Amino acid sequence: MKKPRKRSMLANERDNGMNIRKFRDGLFSKSTLRGISAIIIFGIIWELGARSEELFGYRWPFLGLVPAPSAVFVSWGGLIGDPSYWQSWYMSFLRVFAGFMAAVVIGIPLGLFMAVNKTFYGMAFPSFEVLRPIPPLAWVPASIIFWPTQELSIAFVTFLGAFYTIVINVLGGARSINKQFLQAAQSMGASQWDIFKRIILPATLPSIVVGAAVGMGITWEVVVAAEMISGGGSSGGGAGGGLGFFIWSSYVGGSYEQIIVGMISIGIAGYMSSELLRQTGGLLTPWLKTR
Amino acid sequence: MNMIGEEMQPGLSKGAIRIEDVVKIYDPDGAAVMAVDHCSIDIPAGEICMIVGPSGCGKTTLLNAIAGFHGVTSGHIYLDNELLCSPEKPQAEPGSDRIVVFQNGALFPWKTNIDNIAFGPLMAGKLGKKEIYEKARSMMADAGLSGTENSYPGEVSSGLRRRVEIVRALMNDPKVLLFDEPYRALDSLTKSVMHEALLDIYYKNKVTIFFITHDLEEAIFLGHRLIIMTSRPCKPKKIVDVDIPHPRDYSVLTSPRFREIMNEAKGVVNEEAKKAFDAGEREG
Repeated sequence: MKKPRKRSMLANERDNGMNIRKFRDGLFSKSTLRGISAIIIFGIIWELGARSEELFGYRWPFLGLVPAPSAVFVSWGGLIGDPSYWQSWYMSFLRVFAGFMAAVVIGIPLGLFMAVNKTFYGMAFPSFEVLRPIPPLAWVPASIIFWPTQELSIAFVTFLGAFYTIVINVLGGARSINKQFLQAAQSMGASQWDIFKRIILPATLPSIVVGAAVGMGITWEVVVAAEMISGGGSSGGGAGGGLGFFIWSSYVGGSYEQIIVGMISIGIAGYMSSELLRQTGGLLTPWLKTR
Repeated sequence: MNMIGEEMQPGLSKGAIRIEDVVKIYDPDGAAVMAVDHCSIDIPAGEICMIVGPSGCGKTTLLNAIAGFHGVTSGHIYLDNELLCSPEKPQAEPGSDRIVVFQNGALFPWKTNIDNIAFGPLMAGKLGKKEIYEKARSMMADAGLSGTENSYPGEVSSGLRRRVEIVRALMNDPKVLLFDEPYRALDSLTKSVMHEALLDIYYKNKVTIFFITHDLEEAIFLGHRLIIMTSRPCKPKKIVDVDIPHPRDYSVLTSPRFREIMNEAKGVVNEEAKKAFDAGEREG
């Protein structure tokens, strides 16, 4: 005879998740507060250091040589209304965006193709590994020779900064897919294309996002250096400028406050880019939020 | 109400597996590790057949050969008299008639539970999308999974995940379900709930079940028959019929007959486990 089966035990297993999220939100606001107070404390120490000579009678090492944050802010205030300052932002963003997008568009398919095709992997991987350790900045002279305009050579160097990181992450991610995902999909009648589109691609997405985030950081490092070296690109038909060039010309012009303004501007720009990428990455990989 | 038991199973005509003299040697030209040694097993359609043996004895090798994930060195495997693999065609074609429920679970973490469950039929393309999702929803409800449709596998407990995976397997209308120690990582309380749930699902959807385990209690509770395997290379050592009538629930665990079968099987299993352990010691 059939006895009644118990089901109630399993009902409890379902409600979880919400409390964890609430807890995390609380923590987040607290950590934001911590972050802000750390910045303020750092600002105070910096201000004291910069004015150490007049306040304490002797100059603190390092900080004593730097313009005070108050002076930097005054200088920054003057620049807010200056279109050429914003032009620098715009130019750097444009170059980062162009180089980064090119790296994404070329790097992701390349990494995936290397992961799924053994022949291509055998052909491409050794050359890739030889090229990868060459720092993007070592490409500057060569790329000035290759490319017709300076603008293109900056974009190319920027592209290289993100490219290798993206490819290596995509490749690693796609090669480390749990084999059982592929076997399960195969058993359920998925075609090769379905397996690529519905298994390999989403399984690699987290690695793609990580690769893109790291690549984005490198892109900012590279673009600034490239702008400094190339002198802003204005001579080669580009619109010139950029935050790297802004810093360099401030240095040449002796405006030390503006150097700091430029540096902080890059910090903010880089943070904005990373945050944008994190948000996009989060939207692309919603299943990871629950971990 | 006694609906199972081999001879009392007239309704089910699909899903009989015949393993005939199968040998599997890994790396035959090099290390030549023999995983399966002239193994023959006959599993009638609709049976829950428990393959019991020490860890690493080669049970999973057998399962992979049936699923078509790798080939056999010699021997034949048939599903309903249809040849799956043979020396001429060593690797069976993976197909939706034989679905594996993996040891660590292979739900796609990027798909919600219901999308996981709908995956097989969507790939098969026999039903419309709407019908598939209706069927998925009703099967989830049957398995006590209502309310978790739009959660990701990572958001539900491991017990529920295993059930989602079984429902995903059943959505393909398989003839055979191949279980590769699916409950190994679960705690014993969750395990007992999962056993009853699995039987519940089995009573509603008759399929042949090829279930690998090293847990004797699990094997006797679920199975019509235990096939106790030798340690590597593996082949059947002893077959134990579990003549406890289905449907079963957890009260059978304390029944005298259960204890008798346990005692009968335990000696054999321990002997093999000890051999495997000693072999492992030597390898190390």
